[in-house]
Amino acid sequence: MTEQLTLFEKIWRAHTVTARDDGQTLLWIDRHLCHEGSFHAFEKLAMSGRKVRRPDLTFSIADHYVPTRNREVGPDEPEIATMIRLLDEHSRTNGIRQFGLGDPEQGIVHVVGPELGLTQPGIMLVCGDSHTSTHGAFGALAFGIGASEVSHVLATQTLWQKRPRTMRITVDGQLGPHVTAKDLILSVIARIGADGAAGHVIEYAGEAIRGLSMEARMTVCNMSIEAGGRAGMIAPDDTTISWLKGRRYMPKGDDWEAAVAFWRGLKTDEGAVFDREVRLHADEIAPTVTWGTSPEHALPVTAAVPDPSGEANEGRRTTFEKAVDYMGLTPGAPLDGLRVDRVFIGSCTNARIEDLRAAAAILKDRSTKVPTMIVPGSTMVKRQAEQEGLDRIFTGAGAEWLESGCSMCAATNGDMVPPGERCASTTNRNFRGRQGPGSRTHLMSPAMAAAAAVTGTITDVRKLAEG
Amino acid sequence: MDPFGTLAATVVPLRLANVDTDQLQPGRFLRKPRSDGYDNYLFHDLRRNEDGSMREDFPLNQPQYQSAEILVADRNFGGGSSREGAVYALADAGFRCVIAASFGDIFRSNCAKNGVLPVELPIEAIERIWEMAEADPSAPLTVDLATQTVRLANDPETFGFEIDPFVKECLMEGKDDIDLTLAHSETLSTFERSYGQDFPWLTPTG
Repeated sequence: MTEQLTLFEKIWRAHTVTARDDGQTLLWIDRHLCHEGSFHAFEKLAMSGRKVRRPDLTFSIADHYVPTRNREVGPDEPEIATMIRLLDEHSRTNGIRQFGLGDPEQGIVHVVGPELGLTQPGIMLVCGDSHTSTHGAFGALAFGIGASEVSHVLATQTLWQKRPRTMRITVDGQLGPHVTAKDLILSVIARIGADGAAGHVIEYAGEAIRGLSMEARMTVCNMSIEAGGRAGMIAPDDTTISWLKGRRYMPKGDDWEAAVAFWRGLKTDEGAVFDREVRLHADEIAPTVTWGTSPEHALPVTAAVPDPSGEANEGRRTTFEKAVDYMGLTPGAPLDGLRVDRVFIGSCTNARIEDLRAAAAILKDRSTKVPTMIVPGSTMVKRQAEQEGLDRIFTGAGAEWLESGCSMCAATNGDMVPPGERCASTTNRNFRGRQGPGSRTHLMSPAMAAAAAVTGTITDVRKLAEG
Repeated sequence: MDPFGTLAATVVPLRLANVDTDQLQPGRFLRKPRSDGYDNYLFHDLRRNEDGSMREDFPLNQPQYQSAEILVADRNFGGGSSREGAVYALADAGFRCVIAASFGDIFRSNCAKNGVLPVELPIEAIERIWEMAEADPSAPLTVDLATQTVRLANDPETFGFEIDPFVKECLMEGKDDIDLTLAHSETLSTFERSYGQDFPWLTPTG
């Protein structure tokens, strides 16, 4: 009888260079993506006198620090200018292909990698950024690493890892109207907790997952880390293959045929066993928003702010009290109708073309009531949106249409939510101060964020879309 | 990296869950060079009032915990961003060990690369340590990596913990894992050649 393997196991085995008796495995890395934040790792490498082993498999992209209102760093931001200059210098010195500030293919590393076809099924891809889990949408094993590990990959094109456990999250049925991948993944995180998948690689499966576009699958895999998952992945299928065909770094000719034949076998065998199984039904998922300071604090928009005094567990009660207090909320108040000060549509979670189309569908022929920033995930997404006329819908509604970058999600480039302000945001983290000191973030889908922009409050998008 | 053996040190109790790496080092300080001393950024916003003054109710600001080398927190410590600066901040502030009910995976791995021992203990054990440190801030906690045990002062019970053997070896010997990998150079080169032949389409030609 042949062995029944999970998708994860197949990729892990194919990349095993050597394994120690204690289970630690040296893994080959097919693609390594760097950004401005990789400077610690490049400095560490230079100090040790080592060189980049495979610069041809390493790509660098400026995203975390790039300005979004124009493409020039102001003279009042010398540290930001240094970050962008350092990436440029480290890339040149080491012979690494760079997509820097001003490059027509610049963008957020997790948007650009797939767009260029650097991301492929079956590969191992790493980057010094936790949202590297995004690339798992293509059936790759992709995860974020720290600076020390980045320097290890630069020097050796490998990484030591302990074999993670596996978890399958199956979502049966089909998502309802105006219920999106963002609502799906927020519901998963609320169910299993922000550390629910710690130590695990997640494989997403089921009818609802198969029905998702590549953009939507990327949103799901992107937030695997918000459930504590090491990585998230979805087996490649026709949707994956047709999305990738013809992209810049995709194999061509006979290589393409051979690659596709290989990718067809990249799926979990019937009968393969996962360490943990979680099952949801798509019917249970409504448009979802976060109320608190962890992505696990997510509820249907039709729900109310939780009352901490109703929590029996002391630790949970304290956490809820602190979250309600920080967020400036009233226990028991409905989420729908909660006033927001601004809206941010962007990030590696939700700034791809489909996300912008969903936002535009709500903003069309309407006006924004609060300041609204729309930051495309990449410069290529920006161009495509402009070709489709989405930019005119956005600016016509009074929103700001900006240049691509991480912007107000990481808040490292200076785009920040002012202290005490409440932001409806399509990003991935509602941590205290994530979008700037004292900022209050409510995570939601692009359509929900657009609805909040139009009403100035958290709003069930289904009312606007159908009204 | 200094080898990690036995650590007998005082504890700062942090009764918080979901302390993400944005709390450990807020994003706007990620651009700072390490030579600045990242301890300046450790819990930068959590430990301050809105006017910038230090919060007296934050344990790390309290005089009795200034010499602590072990930080003890609730579940999901170090989740979120992969920023290694979160660990630099702890290390630069003198912490050699972090104990929590669960950890973010990337943070846990980053700890070990910087000589900081991450120890996962059940919440019952953590409660006992918090109580000890709150009752007597000078009471030492003994963390022994070789035997994988944590011992409270004036308490006969010891708590065992799990640690990956590879991580243990690197920490105990203060090893650089790049050297370790380069010891496999020949195996790696052989793998690289055959892998390149098996998957010709993976060499970028864009």
